[in-house]
Amino acid sequence: MARFVLRRVVGMVAVLFAISVFTFLIFNVIPNGDPALRIAGRHPTRGQLETIRSQWGFDKPIYVQYGKTMEKVFTGDLVSYSTQLDVDQEIINDIPRTFCLAIGAAIMWMVLATVLGLYTAVKAGKFSDRFLTVLALIGISMPVFWVGALMNYYLGFKWKIFPNGGYVPLTRDPAQWAYHLILPWTALSLLFIGVYSRILRSNVLDTINDDYVRTARAKGLSERQVMLRHVLRNSLIPIISLWGLDFGAVLGGGAILTETVFDLQGVGQYAAESIGQLDVPPVLAITMFGAFFIVVLNTVVDIIYAALDPRIRLT
Amino acid sequence: MTDGNGASGLMEVEHLKLHFPIKQGIVFDREVARVHAVDDVTFQLEEGETLGLVGESGCGKTTLSRALMRLVDSTDGAIRFRGDDITKASRKQLEPLRREIQMVFQDPFASLNPRKRIGQIIGMPLRLHGVQHDQVDDRVRELLDRVGLHPEHLNRFPHEFSGGQRQRIGVARALALEPKLIVLDEPVSALDVSVQAQIINLLGDLQKDFSLTYLFVAHDLSVVRHVSDRIAVMYLGKLMEVSPAEELHDKPIHPYTNALLAAVPIPDPQENRARERIVVSGEPPNPIDPPSGCVFHPRCPRATEVCREVEPPLTRYPGGHLAACHHPLNVTAEEIRQGDRDPTSPLSTGDRLPDPAEAT
Amino acid sequence: MADRILEVQDLAVSFRTDEGIVQAVDGVSFQLEAGEVLAIVGESGCGKSVTAMTILGLTRSPNARFEGVIHYKGTELVAATDEELQRIRGAEIAMIFQDPMTSLNPVMKIGDQIMEQIQEHEGIRDAEARDRVIDLLDRVGIPRAQDRVDSYPFEFSGGMRQRVMIAMALSCNPSVLIADEPTTALDVTIQAQIVQRIRELRDETGAAVILVTHDLGVVADIADRITVMYAGRVVEEGTLDDIFYDPQHPYTWGLLGSITRVDRPRPDRLPAIAGLPPSLADRPEGCHFRPRCPHEFSECTKVPPLDPRIPGEPHHRDRCWLSVEEKRELREIGPGEIGLAGEEGAAA
Repeated sequence: MARFVLRRVVGMVAVLFAISVFTFLIFNVIPNGDPALRIAGRHPTRGQLETIRSQWGFDKPIYVQYGKTMEKVFTGDLVSYSTQLDVDQEIINDIPRTFCLAIGAAIMWMVLATVLGLYTAVKAGKFSDRFLTVLALIGISMPVFWVGALMNYYLGFKWKIFPNGGYVPLTRDPAQWAYHLILPWTALSLLFIGVYSRILRSNVLDTINDDYVRTARAKGLSERQVMLRHVLRNSLIPIISLWGLDFGAVLGGGAILTETVFDLQGVGQYAAESIGQLDVPPVLAITMFGAFFIVVLNTVVDIIYAALDPRIRLT
Repeated sequence: MTDGNGASGLMEVEHLKLHFPIKQGIVFDREVARVHAVDDVTFQLEEGETLGLVGESGCGKTTLSRALMRLVDSTDGAIRFRGDDITKASRKQLEPLRREIQMVFQDPFASLNPRKRIGQIIGMPLRLHGVQHDQVDDRVRELLDRVGLHPEHLNRFPHEFSGGQRQRIGVARALALEPKLIVLDEPVSALDVSVQAQIINLLGDLQKDFSLTYLFVAHDLSVVRHVSDRIAVMYLGKLMEVSPAEELHDKPIHPYTNALLAAVPIPDPQENRARERIVVSGEPPNPIDPPSGCVFHPRCPRATEVCREVEPPLTRYPGGHLAACHHPLNVTAEEIRQGDRDPTSPLSTGDRLPDPAEAT
Repeated sequence: MADRILEVQDLAVSFRTDEGIVQAVDGVSFQLEAGEVLAIVGESGCGKSVTAMTILGLTRSPNARFEGVIHYKGTELVAATDEELQRIRGAEIAMIFQDPMTSLNPVMKIGDQIMEQIQEHEGIRDAEARDRVIDLLDRVGIPRAQDRVDSYPFEFSGGMRQRVMIAMALSCNPSVLIADEPTTALDVTIQAQIVQRIRELRDETGAAVILVTHDLGVVADIADRITVMYAGRVVEEGTLDDIFYDPQHPYTWGLLGSITRVDRPRPDRLPAIAGLPPSLADRPEGCHFRPRCPHEFSECTKVPPLDPRIPGEPHHRDRCWLSVEEKRELREIGPGEIGLAGEEGAAA
């Protein structure tokens, strides 16, 4: 097990390194254009451009540039020339909001997807299954920004059932915190609930026909015990790795649209605004940030998978 | 090999080894162990004969059969077909040979492409080897008839046939190019007993009609004995015994063969009650870490110190019966005296032949 | 007469499928006495597995229809409630299946899987259950049971996994063990070990065994009585010696004749049964074996009842209209050789 973990961690480091190089190449080495101009944002002065050139080393060899860029990202010395704000500090401020959104949504979608997936599998072929399948497909097809916008408008603005966007920190007022996050959680989860419940349904339908389920019944276990202890548990295991990737993406600021629609001021929204401003330093930092979370979560999930399915440990 | 007159057979296998590496590592994979699937096996297949290859899971018989078909590359040793060395032959060099060596597989449900009609499946080898389109059709019908199926069914899909019928389709496909040698890997194991009988009869008829040579790989000793002229018994990658079929039941020389025979249940209650059932204990050990000396010694009721230390060579007894054992069964002192170290013995074995005083 | 603990009467099971109604079991009756080994023999599609699984209600589904009754110690099983069945499964009647690789939950420790069954029926403390599991594993011949109790199924070989299945089945001391092709997926030396183990455990516990198999060799080894099934019906039943030495039904002759025997000289051709078993959805009128039987005659369009036809042998029954004398003559296809005569023809 230790060797397996070590192996994955080494792989992770290699992947992160590769991502950093790739990110660097995208942002700094795109032909056609002066990278300093790009970094400087809109309306830079000549003096600013010179400063940028020396700070980022655009006159130096490429590996020096890479070194300087990475140094800036990791030492917190990254400043947005448009907003004059320290990028890393901004990200740190935004992290709690993104995390709250991500974690809450992830729990919500897993629980609901499990319930929905199991129910539709058990009732496969019957009307309730078909009906809920249609709902799931609708959930998958509706774009989150549209759903979010609709929810925010009707439930928040017009009928005032929920707050009209915004975020309240947990430490200040837990009730309000949850109240403000319910709509974002729901909007973000809809897509995932749809997808995950379909996958779980399919896994359950496969597992139900496996021989060991027949053995479990032959042992005298009740149908409920058979479903929960043997069928559901085994059906969920393959879903864990998917969940890790999606969760990692959302943690890393991937829920750009949701955050923006509900004005949560999270990392994703920051990314959206920066892209709109063509403000390179924040986008660079957020890309690395997001990549980091996805890679780490991917590795964590592989380790969890190995813990849940003992056959995997051997590889 | 059978009588040492120097005649070479249709196919020769010489000191063949297939060792599969097991790799592990954190960043780079290193080889940490090897699976000794086939561990120095030598034999010849004479034209027109049926050589049965029998053994339990992990003995290497399936790997060996795949190696002969060049579906797997060997680690060491040689395979010769009609005198030509095909061990390392390239795909191009092997092409003409594919006509001559064909294979029938075990699982009639998995070995036929479910999306192709059986006419296409049987006709494929013909088309690949350049037979004209109109002739392919005729030939396919002829083959279907020969294996006992209705020629009109060539447009059906595999799932429309029963297990036995699908196995017939597999046989028809193998026959399409008029091969000399057919390797049959457990061709009847997945079939019901009455269907097995049909297929066995069919294989016998085809062998007579087309002068075929068979390598019949199976774990069912009674079926193997029925179809074979000679029987090779494998255990953990090595040959334990090679016996003429008539002698197998009455004269098993190697204790493993004896154990296999004892384990085979006889469908005759009185016979079953009467005989001595030696149930061999334990499980076949790991081919990654084979035992020292004689590979069967940990489970052998006759094992002694020398069996642990010295790997026995294949002793050739009168009548062309080979066995690799220090304490053979069912041989007289005279037969042991006449016994000789057979040149097909693995290179790692010594010269130690059994002691005539040990005759049972 | 010994205790009759299980009685199946006129059991019929059909399934509604896309191809129509499939009659898997077509009027099967048999009894099981305490401590005996009853073998149900037949080939693929004869309905033996469906019969065995129906005893425990494992074939129940919205598409299945059942007729007939199964009596077990005063409880009727075909119409039993789920609760009644759950009480009986594992504790009174236990089952082991053909493929031990897929019949055990791959992500659960084997000790936990066995404990689950014990706890379900007996509710004893964990520590006590665990001790019992270790003892069971030991009794079925698993070395170092103390350590292996925390192992997963994939860490065992096929033979060992089957022993785990047997241990699990016997964990609550059932009166009946149903074994569905328990040795088919195993090597022959391991088969011998498993059969011996089943025999020993039967002697120790007094459980009755229903052995469902197509392997007549294993049957000859361990069975007391045999029921031969073909196309959903019982075609012959009797003691071990009855069936092997005085078989009355042509299908039985065909089965016995087509077996290769390692201890007899080889015949030139194996007397095989021509043709194929009928499809489950579309069976012939009268005797189901008629299309493949070289001895069929006019009576055979009527279903022969399963009756004892040999004077003085009320327990040896068969479904064949031929007279006893005709049968004994027709089945001798060679000196001392029993088989089904006639041209062995092409597959249908």
